[in-house]
Amino acid sequence: MNYAKPKLLTDTPFHYCPGCTHGIIHRIIAEAAEEVGHSDDCIGIAPVGCAVFAYNYFNCDFLQAAHGRAPAVATGVKRAAPNSLVFVYQGDGDLASIGMAETVHAATRGENITVIFINNGIYGMTGGQMAPTTLAGQKTTTCVNGRDYKTQGNPIKICELLSTLDGPTYIARTSVHDVKNIRKTKEAILTGFTRQKEKRGFSLIEILSTCPTNAHLSPQAALDYIKDVAMAHYPLGVFKDN
Amino acid sequence: MKKLWKGNEAVAEAAIASGCRCFFGYPITPQNEIPEYMSRRMPEVGGSFVQAESEVAAINMVYGAGGAGARAMTSSSSPGISLKQEGISYIAGAQVPCVIVNMMRAGPGLGGIQPSQSDYFQATKGGGHGDYHMLVYAPSGVQEAADLTFKAFDKADEYRCPVMILGDGMLGQMCEAAEIPPMRELKELPAKPWAASGNSCGKQRLINSIYMTPDTLEKHNHELFETYALMSERETAAESYKTEDAEVVLTAYGMVARICKAAVDILRERGVKAGLIRPITLYPFPSAVIRATAEQKSVKRFVCVELSMGQMIEDVRLAVNGLKPVQFYGRVGGNVMLPEEVADFIKEKVQ
Repeated sequence: MNYAKPKLLTDTPFHYCPGCTHGIIHRIIAEAAEEVGHSDDCIGIAPVGCAVFAYNYFNCDFLQAAHGRAPAVATGVKRAAPNSLVFVYQGDGDLASIGMAETVHAATRGENITVIFINNGIYGMTGGQMAPTTLAGQKTTTCVNGRDYKTQGNPIKICELLSTLDGPTYIARTSVHDVKNIRKTKEAILTGFTRQKEKRGFSLIEILSTCPTNAHLSPQAALDYIKDVAMAHYPLGVFKDN
Repeated sequence: MKKLWKGNEAVAEAAIASGCRCFFGYPITPQNEIPEYMSRRMPEVGGSFVQAESEVAAINMVYGAGGAGARAMTSSSSPGISLKQEGISYIAGAQVPCVIVNMMRAGPGLGGIQPSQSDYFQATKGGGHGDYHMLVYAPSGVQEAADLTFKAFDKADEYRCPVMILGDGMLGQMCEAAEIPPMRELKELPAKPWAASGNSCGKQRLINSIYMTPDTLEKHNHELFETYALMSERETAAESYKTEDAEVVLTAYGMVARICKAAVDILRERGVKAGLIRPITLYPFPSAVIRATAEQKSVKRFVCVELSMGQMIEDVRLAVNGLKPVQFYGRVGGNVMLPEEVADFIKEKVQ
């Protein structure tokens, strides 16, 4: 078997930091799109955040959305181009903070799109501020002594929250901290894309990811943090499947 | 054939006739008949209606649908239009054609639900962040609202820019006899090779307003303004009414211009040679016709009449450029002046 670059990826070198998992996730999205036969008619929606330049790495049509608005943009795109594979790529600040309304309502409408949700617990591009998903005790530039739930609130569990809705067809949380979990993540993305192709409605795959730069961890330590800490608060699994 | 149409519904049907197949709305008075009509009509023509979760979401859906190549529209009224400003800035920056309807109500804040023209600055000077403009049409009746909405989609595609229909609660709520332009065949609409419509086959089309290199962004800004210059040359529209021998020239747009037409006739009956210039496009603003009228020997002064504390008057003054005095008459809060009140003001305060 030849190990080849997926058709959907360009040759542009990733601008992401060493140890960042965006690159891995971009690749498995491209593989999954190709495997469901949609390499030629994909439309991606890029968020605001580190993945704002995601369009540089995919060959397909792309729209860059305002902060948090990607699911609304995707709604418009899908209504205009119902037969294309429409995927949304968002981080935790984009999806779970400023864009919470767009996320919840695209989900409850059962909008026939697939959202790839990157949960790394921090605002990356702006330099490491507290995210809606930052865990207790985790240090960021806006909670330098570690997040204190009493004064800074609790993290949001998106999969658990969205799984209470009737609109979504598939909600899953996965991780990319090791090869086994990367493969499971790809399976989850494939499931989301397949559901979309079958016009079964909204799918979201939350992926526990790393930001070694802003977490001040080595790439390996950042991956270990997912396994040892993040997964205890954000259990992996399928939360909605119908 | 002419039928009795409510302003809001005429706008909605004219949009569909012009090929609009994606509408995204949110309830707010006095424009509710637009989303209500679209929710019934879109399924009949194979289009898409979404009642969005907010005006913010609605304008971003327009960005998505317009960016993917569809003729897309949203409508709202003043407070809701404020919420759309971020999206409008992105749409202008990414050069996505679309139509936005504002049936203005009185502000600021939640204000009231009665007619107003106090969003003139917001519509013509930018509204959102960054250097951009929209083509802004100001219809002064139901027929013109239908005609300009129909035309707005063509102009949006031609210039790849957002086009605003700037009406008010009066226009939206009133009924008049009007004829909706004939339904277009979708296949006759212009091709959009730039659109991110999903069939690129390896050649990416990008809808985007981020330019991280200052030189590139500066060039982009200049290109946008070259488009506005072209638009100004070709699309500027105004109506002059009895200005040939006028001594007092009223300037007013939209429904207020109709009130002022009646005021001109009353004034002429009272022996005052009055006339009216009615901008049909608010951006680009018809400065040349106002300037030419100001240069007319007969003209002694201008009176700008608005449902605001005085917004368009700034553009009138810039056009007149000190040649003749420019005075103001306005009502606000949702109040609307009678033609007699305008005539009385001119007879008593101006003459």
